[in-house]
Amino acid sequence: MKHTLALKVNGQDYEVSIDPWRTLAWVLREEVGMTGVKMACDTGNCGSCTVLIDGKAVKSCIMLALQAAGKEVTTIEGLATAKGLHPLQQAFIDHFAVQCGFCTPGMILKAKAILDENPNPTEEEIREGLSGNLCRCTGYVKIVEAIMVARDQMKAAKTGKK
Amino acid sequence: MGPFEYFEPLSVKEAVSLLNKYGNKAKVLAGGTDLVSLLKDKTLSPEYVISIGKLTDLDYIKSDGKKGLRIGAMTTIRSIETSKHLKPINCVILCQAASQMASMSIRNVGTLAGNLCNASPSADMAPALLVLGASVKLVSASGERTLTLDEFFVGPGSTAIKPNELLTEIQIPVPPPHTGGSYIKYVTRGGEELALIGVAALLTIGADGVCSAARIALGAVAPTPVRATKTEKLLTGKKIDDTLVKKAAQTASDEASPIDDIRGSAEYRREMLKVFTRDAIKQAAEMAKSAA
Repeated sequence: MKHTLALKVNGQDYEVSIDPWRTLAWVLREEVGMTGVKMACDTGNCGSCTVLIDGKAVKSCIMLALQAAGKEVTTIEGLATAKGLHPLQQAFIDHFAVQCGFCTPGMILKAKAILDENPNPTEEEIREGLSGNLCRCTGYVKIVEAIMVARDQMKAAKTGKK
Repeated sequence: MGPFEYFEPLSVKEAVSLLNKYGNKAKVLAGGTDLVSLLKDKTLSPEYVISIGKLTDLDYIKSDGKKGLRIGAMTTIRSIETSKHLKPINCVILCQAASQMASMSIRNVGTLAGNLCNASPSADMAPALLVLGASVKLVSASGERTLTLDEFFVGPGSTAIKPNELLTEIQIPVPPPHTGGSYIKYVTRGGEELALIGVAALLTIGADGVCSAARIALGAVAPTPVRATKTEKLLTGKKIDDTLVKKAAQTASDEASPIDDIRGSAEYRREMLKVFTRDAIKQAAEMAKSAA
């Protein structure tokens, strides 16, 4: 029996009719059209399917879509605003933290979850937080650098000095 | 994955009534980080999946003098990791074990109850809960019962929970004063790797330096997470010094029953178990000294 699933993705309400065994990653890509959600290992190991649910990072390939009912989902498509890219997105571009780009949406969303919880993490805390998100190009150094730059920019923007 | 029918009960009563009806052909879904993986690779193919995700009143960490510490079935590993309530009652070993499990994204979703019901021999929360003397509350349509964790684990992936029962709460007696605990997870690669060895130690040490109570539990070196009872006996009533710790480490290694698998050989596990038992005991003793 199909289930009706109501969920909010990037601030917009969606209602889809799905089989209960569909994963959140699948529904976000195939039903909602957010193809920034990547599926690579599809076993909950690589982190490319990372999205935020009520602000918390989760692996959407090992979660049933129905588990997200009524919750607020953020995908990479939801980060930029009319004013421009999110500081994390800009920092990833400026600091060459992207190679093939497949892990990037998951990396940026994970980084957002890390910074939202702790606006001033150390490099070690950033690395620990990124555990579970794999970059097969092994570009971790640049990724961590970009997140540290975004961290400093976001902190400066908050305190009003630049 | 699938097909299966999906239920989202809104109360424990409704959940156990569904389990009463479909239990043999159903699996309970809490966070799903284990279950959904097992459904996807067809290790499990239940006809019914009963999600307890709507039972948000089972998301709690409560502690009071009489009943001790109680953790609800929908409490995530991340909530335990970040809980400020556990250190003052000498239960910081739970935060320590939680912080070593998988990654933040998994800990945000996976639950303590799910980790126990999945019953992996390498379950990270199990050794810490075993040394704390935890019990689980199992509710069915006809009543409820409480099992100690030693009774709960039966074999790899297998527990004493009946098809019509729902694990609703983990109960933990608050350790006596001057108790320290430590959980060490040994992995070679880091990241989301499963434990090659897990060792938990919980020691109560008086002002005279004598260990009045000792509990040691081991993960990933037996068919289930297990207490190392001979090691515990050896430590109890004695002063913890290097000679005793060395003997205890050897005893733990002797009483474990590891197997060869993809992560390491039985022989390697036995050797390394000595190292980490030694370290866990030393850390627990250190913490017992500074504990209130």
